[in-house]
Amino acid sequence: MTENGVNSHRGRVLTMDTMNPNVKKVEYAVRGPIVQRALQIEKELKAGVKKPFSEVIKANIGDCHAMGQRPITFLRQVLALCMYPELLSDNKFPEDAKNRARRILQSCGGGSIGAYSASQGIERVRQDVALYIERRDGGIPSDPDNIYLSTGASDAIMTMLKLLVSGEGCTRTGVMISIPQYPLYSAALADLGAVQISYYLNEESCWSLDVSELRRALNTARDHCCPRALCIINPGNPTGQVQSRQCIEDVIRFAAEENLFLMADEVYQDNVYAEGCEFHSFKKVLFEMGPKYSNTVELASFHSTSKCYMGECGFRGGYVEVINLDPDVKTQLTKLVSVRLCPPVPGQVLLDVVVNPPEPGEPSYATFIKERTATLDDLALKAKLTEETLNTVPGITCNPVQGAMYSFPRISLPERAIEEAKEQGQAPDMFYCMKLLEETGICLVPGSGFGQRDGTYHFRMTILPPTDKLKIVLAKVKEFHQDFTQQYS
Amino acid sequence: MKRKVWLSVLREMSTGKRRLSEQGNQIGMELQQGVQKSYKDIIDVSWGDAHALGMKPISFVRQVIAACLYPELLQSDRIPIDARLRAQRLLRVCDGGSVDGGVPSSPENIFICSGSQSALMFILKLLSSGEGPSQMGVLNPMPTYPSFTLALEVQGVAMVPYYLCEEEGWALKIEELHRVLQNTKGHCSPRVLYIINPGNPTGHVQSRESIEEVIRFAAEEKLFLLADEVYQGSVHVEAMEFVSYKKVLSEMGPGYSDTVQLASFHSVSKGFMGECGLRGGYMELVNLDPEVMDVVRTLFSLSTCTAVTGQFALDIMVDPPQPGDPSYPTYSEEARSMAGMEADLLYCTRLLEEAGVCVGPGCEYGQQEGTHHLRMCVMTPTENLEELLRRLKTFHLSFLSEFS
Repeated sequence: MTENGVNSHRGRVLTMDTMNPNVKKVEYAVRGPIVQRALQIEKELKAGVKKPFSEVIKANIGDCHAMGQRPITFLRQVLALCMYPELLSDNKFPEDAKNRARRILQSCGGGSIGAYSASQGIERVRQDVALYIERRDGGIPSDPDNIYLSTGASDAIMTMLKLLVSGEGCTRTGVMISIPQYPLYSAALADLGAVQISYYLNEESCWSLDVSELRRALNTARDHCCPRALCIINPGNPTGQVQSRQCIEDVIRFAAEENLFLMADEVYQDNVYAEGCEFHSFKKVLFEMGPKYSNTVELASFHSTSKCYMGECGFRGGYVEVINLDPDVKTQLTKLVSVRLCPPVPGQVLLDVVVNPPEPGEPSYATFIKERTATLDDLALKAKLTEETLNTVPGITCNPVQGAMYSFPRISLPERAIEEAKEQGQAPDMFYCMKLLEETGICLVPGSGFGQRDGTYHFRMTILPPTDKLKIVLAKVKEFHQDFTQQYS
Repeated sequence: MKRKVWLSVLREMSTGKRRLSEQGNQIGMELQQGVQKSYKDIIDVSWGDAHALGMKPISFVRQVIAACLYPELLQSDRIPIDARLRAQRLLRVCDGGSVDGGVPSSPENIFICSGSQSALMFILKLLSSGEGPSQMGVLNPMPTYPSFTLALEVQGVAMVPYYLCEEEGWALKIEELHRVLQNTKGHCSPRVLYIINPGNPTGHVQSRESIEEVIRFAAEEKLFLLADEVYQGSVHVEAMEFVSYKKVLSEMGPGYSDTVQLASFHSVSKGFMGECGLRGGYMELVNLDPEVMDVVRTLFSLSTCTAVTGQFALDIMVDPPQPGDPSYPTYSEEARSMAGMEADLLYCTRLLEEAGVCVGPGCEYGQQEGTHHLRMCVMTPTENLEELLRRLKTFHLSFLSEFS
């Protein structure tokens, strides 16, 4: 068979011209061209090509385990027991892990995680998630029927956006999203042909959110679309800011006034490091604002097993809790999720253990707490280290990394570098990051992939590499920046 | 005051099968609570879910994945040595020696996905465009399975049903494809031909000649071929052999092999592995332009990765234990032991209530006017199947006498 594309295209049905026009516009910087080049370089290194470095450090994606973070023992024990139940008779596994495994297997078809689950997710897991949310939110009730398990949070976010997007031309759905943002959102909006309404976070005040900026963005958008949703990532990605309670109340009030559906992406809710910062769930704040708001504001809150202390990105576990959804719409949602049959059952199992961790008195409790604390403490240290080190570099300023897993420092680039980038048809920060990759093997994502104010440049770097390696990475970035600045001045 | 969230309206799909299944669960609970019925348990064969019906997983698959999940097991003699070696190999290609870097998908033409349904949705999205007379049309078989028609609805593509021939064992007739294509002129723009082989719900296995005919038809009429081959591991009848669309296409030589565009789908959900819950599958793309492949890769990267447990199961499916491996005897033994209200909805409801058997009503799958069918999954231990057939026979005779 001939290789794709080289020979005659006579009669090809699917070409760039006939393809769905929306999907052509989709970009996803986190895995985009710079990552592809990084993978290529890795292959070259393996093939023995000489470079000024011996390995590629992928500080582009929030993938904890890939960067050496250890999994939580208890989680993996329960998963292994569910995967191969013969191990229930192996005395190397603790009783509390076995009890959870048995309980979960009982709620699976034929006692096997290989059976399809209900499309909305295993009922028992949804019940456990609801209880977790109630405990987290100080007792505010959570209905398992409002919880939809999903293949990672991204799946649920895409599904909700799909429901929200309709209309044409001036009535086409507009969706508000922050700049900078996690590019799943911009990609999803491009894919769905929705109108992106960008609101700028305030870099000068640690990426805070101002309602006046929300209002500005909304008013500007009203003449060319029909704004229907407001997306907020808290703690933020790439910026890491942890919104204050006041801010969350302001956003809820704004959504209520302007009749907007709130999408609260809270996957980093355990990743809060800075003094004085605290995670407040949108749902909790909504309900504490009283029935005027809690009975009316439509909210979807997203969580996942990919971040926090678990870092289990590969299992694709997650959920969305929907509040005040119109019952007919809820029926459509239930139908829509049934198309992909069900979320991966191992991910559902994992989620169940996350919301049902070992309790004081149980055999695995001590180890679990130790591992969880160590992971979160380690991240906090690295967040501080990153901020401090980058701020010693002339030409780089880095806001405190209050939460999440990334730093998003601002870099100043010499005019000559900017011009050369433009000549090459590259965004200046992409030009910078590509050079950094070629010279040091460090893979970051340019700020242009996330959005930034015109004339400013940033990069996103994860805080995930082990501390020793992180120190080296930071030192190399510092050195590179100084050399780059000198070279192009 | 609740405000309606705007949404694209989905045509009301009949939910009879789901309601039946829920009713089955309800009756199951009543039985547990001691309510007396003429049967002691519900046998639900309405879903294509082998494990839910009591089929055991393949030991090797579960051993390997368990060891990947909890690498302490790499030292455990509870896991046979070849399973441990396989787990080690799989972990080596994961970043961080942990399952969470994600096993890399092949960068060429194979894309690993969360079950074949999501890959199908993906390719439909890629192909979908146009409105009204230029709306993309998909030729789809009748009867077919409900998730598929729902997937077409959700993607907003036009359906162009072609009827399989029941008198000839549900064979695909080219004349029927010609006929429906003629009738679409002006209604939509048919660009895709979806085939499922072996068939769902029919179980029909296409002959090589039939596959060649279809490929020729697709080439002449400029149609993108979707070959859903998830049941390729489940051919039960002697003298029937599964042959893949890709194989036949490549053997038809230039003129076909270098032009006809094809996406083939496979999954770990069916066959003797039956690992529906793990959500593992792949899609292979043939004869797509390089720039199109670039777009495919970008779009694909957005969905991050397929659940790694599904990827591991997939690896084992395509590279199972071989003769000589310690796990081979157990593996091969396990694999071998394993193979309106519509009137039929009424029939099925009564069948459930009176005999405790839950099947899929034919009206959910599409059938010729005036005919009635039911679908049942046969991947269940023999004793179960015999019991179910006994109950079905008894019920059927009494049903007939009641209504004659």
